[in-house]
Amino acid sequence: MYTMSSKIKSFSLILIVLGAIGLAYSFIDAPSSVEEVKEMLHSDGASHEGESVAMEANSSSNSDAHGEDEHAEHIYHQLQNKPWAAIYVPALFLFLISLGVFVFYALQNASQSGWSPVLFRVMEGISSYLVPGGIIVYLLLILSSLHLNHLFVWMDPEVVAHDEIIQNKVAYLNTPFFLIRAFIYLAGWILFSKLIIKNSRKMDEGFDLRLHKRNFKLSAGFLVFFIVTESMMSWDWIMSIDTHWFSTLFGWFVLASILVSAVTTIAIVTIYLKGKGYLEHVNNSHIHDLGKFMMGFSIFWAYLWFSQFLLIWYSNIPEEVTYYAQRLEDYPVLFFGTVILNWVLPMLILINSDFKRINWIIVFAGVIILLGHYLNFFVMIMPGTVGESWTIGIPEISSILLVLGVFIFTVFKALAKAPLTIQHGAFLEESKHFHY
Amino acid sequence: MASKSLHAIFTDDDILMQAVKALREKKYNINEVFCPFPVHGLDKAMGLSHTRLAITSFLYGLVGLAIATWMMNFIMIEDWPQNIGGKPSFSYIENMPAFVPIMFEMTVFFAAHLMVITFYMRSKLWPFKKSENPDVRTTDDKFLMEISVNENNVQAIAEVLHKNGASEIKLIDNK
Repeated sequence: MYTMSSKIKSFSLILIVLGAIGLAYSFIDAPSSVEEVKEMLHSDGASHEGESVAMEANSSSNSDAHGEDEHAEHIYHQLQNKPWAAIYVPALFLFLISLGVFVFYALQNASQSGWSPVLFRVMEGISSYLVPGGIIVYLLLILSSLHLNHLFVWMDPEVVAHDEIIQNKVAYLNTPFFLIRAFIYLAGWILFSKLIIKNSRKMDEGFDLRLHKRNFKLSAGFLVFFIVTESMMSWDWIMSIDTHWFSTLFGWFVLASILVSAVTTIAIVTIYLKGKGYLEHVNNSHIHDLGKFMMGFSIFWAYLWFSQFLLIWYSNIPEEVTYYAQRLEDYPVLFFGTVILNWVLPMLILINSDFKRINWIIVFAGVIILLGHYLNFFVMIMPGTVGESWTIGIPEISSILLVLGVFIFTVFKALAKAPLTIQHGAFLEESKHFHY
Repeated sequence: MASKSLHAIFTDDDILMQAVKALREKKYNINEVFCPFPVHGLDKAMGLSHTRLAITSFLYGLVGLAIATWMMNFIMIEDWPQNIGGKPSFSYIENMPAFVPIMFEMTVFFAAHLMVITFYMRSKLWPFKKSENPDVRTTDDKFLMEISVNENNVQAIAEVLHKNGASEIKLIDNK
């Protein structure tokens, strides 16, 4: 039985406090009026006047004063969105990690895998973040729909009134239906996770074929529910930020990102617990298998990243290329950086079979992958919300700390609730003797 | 004495594995094992060194990537410049996304084919090659282990094999 060490507890609480202070500061620090932004731009413009004049001449065909006003208002909206977008990215990312871990767990049940049962409790522990994570995400969506921010431009009736493209999507993209859909996804995922984990805990008292079969069926049902809702979730929560743009493989692209981050998180938590002397049945063959999944899904992600890019680049249709034009112009380092962090480095580090059995290399590659996929979500969400005003500063880092603190606290608290290895399972013996 | 070897026949892969481990424990050298199907873990039990085929595969992949890059540059940019998707920039790097599928396919093609050819060469396999298999039953349901012996240890090895479930043991004169 694992007990949450006081070190982990105080570490996660420190993260929460630091993050909360930083985030509160960023909300206060965000400009509260257009005048403030104008002043900021003026003091900025004094230092490099030539640049700002050139930009204004570019961006506005109206008279100079009017163009300046418009520009200031534009920047004002972006800066107001900034702390909201900063908290939305890690809140969504870590929630989707726990969802991905639960999907991976359901896959093991549905495919009746023999290698993984000794890792089930780790997966169940990480899945427990579905509840607090889901609440945080849903809260942010509700606050957006109350017009506290402009993360989703289509929620603003004034924007819709002047935008024919959005008007054509209103049947699907409207605030009440959006919130109902989000509720259905979240309720469904949480319900399935509660049911399946409850059956798994009941199995600790003694092996029961009925429970085993029930979990098999529930997991298969969950996977069907998940693949439909995941795709819609990615349209709703991420793609609709760039409301005019759409991509038919976006759901897959997000899925690849979720899965690789989830497997990486399982590997890191497993290695941490193993290092503390728990999980006595986990050997380096289990780590090897997780490493293979990390490398495989990294390549899958790169494949989808490129597929999405290639078709849009090739066909060169204006309403599609704006999505990439904006990213190439304002986020060039991050945009190509994600490819290096999420594909080149994981592939080169993990391509050697022996390296996948060495704990520190898995952790090293895992940190790169998690960082890269945070940035992947950053590049998906930020351009449509804060545009060129993005930074990775206090709002972003403190948001990560805050959500990460909640994540670590929930996960390790949940890990302490049941024995770290399932007591009975149809494939438990096979998993204990698993070797490559 | 001319070199001789023992041929031991086994009927089950688990028993074969046990015999392999027993022989290795006593430091006897196993020349070869002929199986009707791949036996999981046999290479480790026999103490065979790890295959380097994967490394050659990676290198062949790099060769394929390089050739594809050179080939597309020659075909599409230099020799007969092509207008790619309305982007007549005549520059390799600016048209590179269009070439990525070809670069990928050539990488896989070179890695796969050259790896197979390497495998055949290393295993000394070629068309019309005469089979080295000493007993046709190993292509059906029997496992055959070949061990070099001399006068001093032939008795001891035969006993180990017998004890570990060999169903037939034959002494063969190598020509």
